[in-house]
This record gives sequence, C-alpha cells and structure tokens, in this order.
Amino acid sequence: MNFDLSDEQVLLREAARDAFGRVKTVEAAREALEGAALPDLWPTATQAGWAGLLIGEDHGGAGLSAIDAILVAAEAGRVLASVPLLGHLPATGIVNAGGFDAEVLGKLASGEQRAAYVAARPGDDVDPAWTVEPRSGKRRAPAPRIVIGGDGLATVNGEVAWVPDAPDADLLVVVGVEDGSGTPVAVAFGPGAKGVRVEADSAYDATRSLGHVTLSDACGRPVAASEDDLRRAWFLAHALIAAESLGAVEECLERSVAYAKERFTFGRAIGSYQAVKHALTEVLRRQENTRSLLYYAGWAYKDKPDEFATAASAARAAGGAALDFAARELISVHGGIGATWEHDAPLFFRRSQLSRRLLGGTGDAVDRLAGEMLKSAA
Amino acid sequence: MDLNDTPEQAAYREQVRAWLDQNVSHAPATRGRGDEEGAVEAHRAWQRKLAEGGYVGVTWPAEHGGQGKGPLHQVVINQEIARAGVPGILDAIGVGMLGPTIIAHGSDEQKQRYLAPMLHGDEVWCQLFSEPAAGSDLAGIQSRAKRQDDGSWRLSGQKVWTTNAHFAAYGLLLARTDPDAHKHKGLTMFIVPMDAEGVTIRPLRQISGEPEFNEVFFDDVRLDPGSEVGAVNGGWGVALTTLMFERLTIGAGSEGMGYRADRFAKAIADDPVAAKDPEVRARFGELAAELLALRFTGYRLLTAISRGQIPGPEAGMGKITAVNGAIAAGELIADVLGPDALKPETEWSYLISFLPGLKSAGGTEEILRNTVGERVLGLPPEPRLDKGIPFSELRAKERQEVRA
Repeated sequence: MNFDLSDEQVLLREAARDAFGRVKTVEAAREALEGAALPDLWPTATQAGWAGLLIGEDHGGAGLSAIDAILVAAEAGRVLASVPLLGHLPATGIVNAGGFDAEVLGKLASGEQRAAYVAARPGDDVDPAWTVEPRSGKRRAPAPRIVIGGDGLATVNGEVAWVPDAPDADLLVVVGVEDGSGTPVAVAFGPGAKGVRVEADSAYDATRSLGHVTLSDACGRPVAASEDDLRRAWFLAHALIAAESLGAVEECLERSVAYAKERFTFGRAIGSYQAVKHALTEVLRRQENTRSLLYYAGWAYKDKPDEFATAASAARAAGGAALDFAARELISVHGGIGATWEHDAPLFFRRSQLSRRLLGGTGDAVDRLAGEMLKSAA
Repeated sequence: MDLNDTPEQAAYREQVRAWLDQNVSHAPATRGRGDEEGAVEAHRAWQRKLAEGGYVGVTWPAEHGGQGKGPLHQVVINQEIARAGVPGILDAIGVGMLGPTIIAHGSDEQKQRYLAPMLHGDEVWCQLFSEPAAGSDLAGIQSRAKRQDDGSWRLSGQKVWTTNAHFAAYGLLLARTDPDAHKHKGLTMFIVPMDAEGVTIRPLRQISGEPEFNEVFFDDVRLDPGSEVGAVNGGWGVALTTLMFERLTIGAGSEGMGYRADRFAKAIADDPVAAKDPEVRARFGELAAELLALRFTGYRLLTAISRGQIPGPEAGMGKITAVNGAIAAGELIADVLGPDALKPETEWSYLISFLPGLKSAGGTEEILRNTVGERVLGLPPEPRLDKGIPFSELRAKERQEVRA
C-alpha cells in the first residue's frame, strides 16, 4: 500500500509551480478582462515537457500518465494560468493511443504543434448516444457524423460548441460517430483543413480560450483509437478540470486563511469566529476529498481502467463543488472588497462559474458517477 | 501509487486468510450482538481463538503478548476479517486503545496483571471518560477521586456513553483528583473493577430502541492503592495517549466503517425506475463522491500510518464526511424504498437511527471543526473563559452565569 505521490511526481509538481510562478498569471487574468492579450504560456509548457506528457518516449514524449497531467493542471489552476493543456492533453492521449503519424506525434510532443480535443460525451446507462456540447440549452447535441471514404479519409459534418483551446490550435482531434454503425471515431484535422471553422469565443473567465467548431464536409484523417480510448479522453478532460479546480481551491483557502488571521472585528481576528472557521474547514475538507479522488483517478487511469470513469467523474463532482464553495467563501471572508474589481477573489469566482459549465458541466459528472456505480451494482 | 500489498504484506494476508478459512466455523454471527449472555460468550470465545492464532493486538510488543508488528498488519487483519464475513474482536476498545495506554503509562505490575486477559477477551474493558457535562470538553469532567490515608481512593461520579460496560471486567477512568488545580492539571487516570461495590451500570437506549451504550454511576467506590495509571494529577497526558490510539484505530479501520458507496448503490439499483430517476441520481452521485473520497483519503492515511506517522486532527474530517455521507444515503434509500425502509428489521432503519448519535461521537462535528481550524489551518482560537483559573472556581463561575 502506497497511496502517495512518488518523489518524481513531487518534483514535477514543484517544477510546475516554479514555472508558473515566473509569470504574473493572476494579474494577466485581470488585465485580460479589460481586453489585454494573455501571456503565451505555450513556450513554458513545451520547455517543461508537458506538451509531450502523454506521448510515448519513442515519439519524443515523456510517456507519463494521467496523474502527472493532473499535477501540472492543478498548478495551472492555482494561478489561473491560461495554458492550453485542457485541450492538448486529451487530444494527444487519443492520437498517441491510435498510433498516429510519427511525424505529427513528434511535433505534438515537442510542442511545435498544439492540439485541441473536440470532445464527445460517451453514452451512458440512460442514453447510449454520443453527444456534444450545444451552443445553448440543456439538450445535448448529436456528435458529428463521420463517413470514412474508400481513400481512408474521413468526411465530417457537425457542430461542437464551447471547445476549450480550439482557437488557433494546429490540430483538432474531433470525436464523432460513424454514419450507419454509430461507432465512435476520432478524426484529426491539420492546419487549414477544408470545411473546418473555429469561431473564437469567451465567457466570463477571460483566461479560458474557447471556440465553436463547425465541420461542413470537412476532410480529415481518422485516428485508429479505440472506443475505450475515446471514452478515456472524455474522462481525462474531466479529471483535468477537477485538477485545475483543486489548485484554485488551495489558493482560495490560503488567501482566505491569511486574511481571517489579520482582519479584526469586535476586537477579535475574524478567523476566531466559528462561523468563519467552520466554513474554512469545509473548504479544507472538500479540498482534501478532491485530492484523494484525483489520486484515485490518476491511479485508475493506469492500474484500474474499468474504474477510471467512476474516479474521474467523482473527482470532477467533488472538485467542481469545492471550487464553487471556496470561491464564494474567499469573497465572503474578505467582505465587500472581495466582490470588487480591486480584489483577486472575483477572478477565482469567474473561473468557478465557467468551469462548472464546460464539458457537460459538474452536474453531468455527478450523474455519470451515479450511473456508473448503479450500473455495476445492478 | 500502488494499492497492492508488498510481498511481505501479501504473504501475511495469505497467512491470515488461510487461518480464517480454517477457523471460520468457530465464528459467531456478525449481527445480533446484543447483551444476551450467550452472544457475549460466543464473541468472547471468538476473540480468544483469534488471540491464540496471534491475530489480536498484533501491534502490541511481543513481551505483552502482541506480535510487535506495524499498523498495516492490523489493517490486513481487519480487511480479511471483513472479507470472511466474520465479526472482529469483542473488545476492540480495550485492545485498540486502552491496552496501548496501559503499555505506555502503566506500572509493570499493571501490565503483568491486565494485558494478557485483555488480549484473550477473558476480561473486557470499557472506557470511562465522557460525562453528562463533559464530552467534547473532556477536561471538564467532575467525577471525583479522593485519596485516603491508606493510599486507597474513594471515587464518586457519573460516566456516560460507555460501550460494553455491562459485560466489562475493568474500566479505564478519568477522574478529578485536585479540583483546585487548573482543569487539565488536576486529573488522574484509574483502573476500576466494574464489579466493585458502589458501581451501577444502566443501559441507555438509542433512537433505534437498542441499548448500545450505558451510563455508569460510582457511589463512593473504593479503589486499591496503585490503581492509578501514570502520575497522580497527570491524567490528561494519559487521556491524550488514549485519544491518539483512538485516531489510529479509526484510521486503520476507515475502510471498515461500512459506509461504502457501492453498498448503498445496491439498494437503489434494485429499483430500475429509481436508478434512472434524475433526482435520485443527482443525490446519489453527490454522496457517492463523498464516500469514495472517504475511502481514498483512508488510503492516504494508511500510507502515512505505514510510514510511522500518527494521524493528526485532520483525520477527524473523515468522520464528518462519513457521517454526513451516510446520513444522505440513508435518507435517499428510505425515499426510494418508502416506509418499509423504516421497519426495525431493516439495516436502513438501524443506519438512520444510529447516525445522529455518531455525529457527536468522539467529539462533535462543531468541536472537530474548531480543532482542525486551529491546529491544521492555524486560525486563531476561540476565546476561552476557562484558562488560568482553578477548576473549582470555574464551576462556580459557570453556575453563577446560569443563575444570572
């Protein structure tokens, strides 16, 4: 029994913290709200070797696993860094599993090319259909339709909204279903592919680059990834959002605790009031629960693939709720100033508000977790 | 990260499993451990059997009948016992917490006299700490022991929430021996024979109707000279040792509390309509995330324990997660099953009745959060009015406030 990080993993985490610490990411997040350009953190990611984290060593990647990706994502989340790993890592997981073109894999591993994952949600025990994010509303949209021609190329039609890191990505890895068979398939689109349109968008949290992807008879190359690989990518993305949330929660808690010690009312530090103390221990409780579930997800990805959907969904459910709670608590502890532009608290609040609605939303992870557990209990 | 056993642990697990396979016929039924004489004797015999096999008190030093092994060996035993579907030992409180306290603070004579019969279940022990007016604030106890000229003691007072008192041979009791000292300074730990004259044990029925605890009254009970464990007026330090072993016991057993998401999933999955109902799924998913987190936080805790670390107050957060997650599960299952779930013979009725009390057991949720807030987050303490004054004055002050 050893349910802790290895020395290498601790080093990876420390290195990530140092790397992000060299850029004023939180200030950048604020300035971006006023329209300033975000710092380009892709060079940071490539120099650190994160671009090739999930790509095999024979293609120049690091050949690491989900737990390592989770640790980096948590450090990014801590400082609201706008590093496009949420799009890149699940996409590289798919092309690596599918044994894609070695040259492309090499470029993705080195960071010369950046990928974005155009996600489809795997069906579940209630509805087996693969679906994608709709532009608006509760009803999910059908996954893009794919026809594989005699030349081995794929023609894809469909729309996927709110795709993280899609604008300016060099490679879009689109998950859709094959016409007729309904089998999920991934198709890769290189730079300038015909019939592919990405409309950049953002909402509320300026650190997240989002895009609406439209595919009209778009022609791309199928990736020989299995259905399991495509399911894994969806849940990996959930684990990464949860990891970003964990980092942000840690930062919210640290800042809340520091302020609760130095702010006095009625002659006492506000942290000595049970109302404040209990709320902050609740942040801690949710933070540590999320960490445990992320370890679970990281472990399951490699050692217990059957449980990865359960683990990642649980992590996202807990992490999403933890950040919602922690961001509001950060504002509350600071009082009025916490709700103003003067303070950083709104930046974390904005992060929580958008994150909980991406890729199916936190609620979808809760439902998936229930579905997975009820399915195996039946 | 690796949830598998080391080769050494795997070999030990194999050994425990083989022993249990061979001896399973000696095990009494898990449920139905009431206060009927027969059931207690069956569980006592089972503990004796386990002890003869070398599976009781494995973390105790060999000189006291233990195996001198680490806490992970205890975890392996707990897991294998759960897997075999047989009950654990009758006196988990004695072996897990009180014995180790005696090993740490007791005299050689006490160790000689009490440890072996405790290990074998021949003499069951109970923990006499909490009182009606002192639970979370344990140092506020009022049970009073007065030293006599011959070195013996006279004990009067009341204890409560005492598990196993009705068949215990001895109790480890915290009493006030110097009321004029500060509340933490005037306490002493004693060994009390439960059959002594002046000891009255009354069962306390819980919400379920079952008496799981007792209240114990001491009316001028005589304790022999040398009954104290550790120094006179040094009882608080002894109590802290017991509470440390309590955390260790709970930490090592965190998987075994039985509040597992998959167990609750089964009850819901049996109803195919419920299993697809969005409201049921939303509620179940929330609580499942909590209970899965509990399980994997438990593995982190075990990893720390296996490296020789003692769980800190943050381990108490696990109890908050467990209790509230299980409360949500009980409510949801009863909503799905309807009033049938509340019939006394169901496990759900028992669960629903048991949890409100568990919320306060081993320190209330509120006090746990204070402790974690102060010790783990480093937040400033609550203002306290009990510092720096003798206990007797403190009591007078409290009474005065109530009158005002």
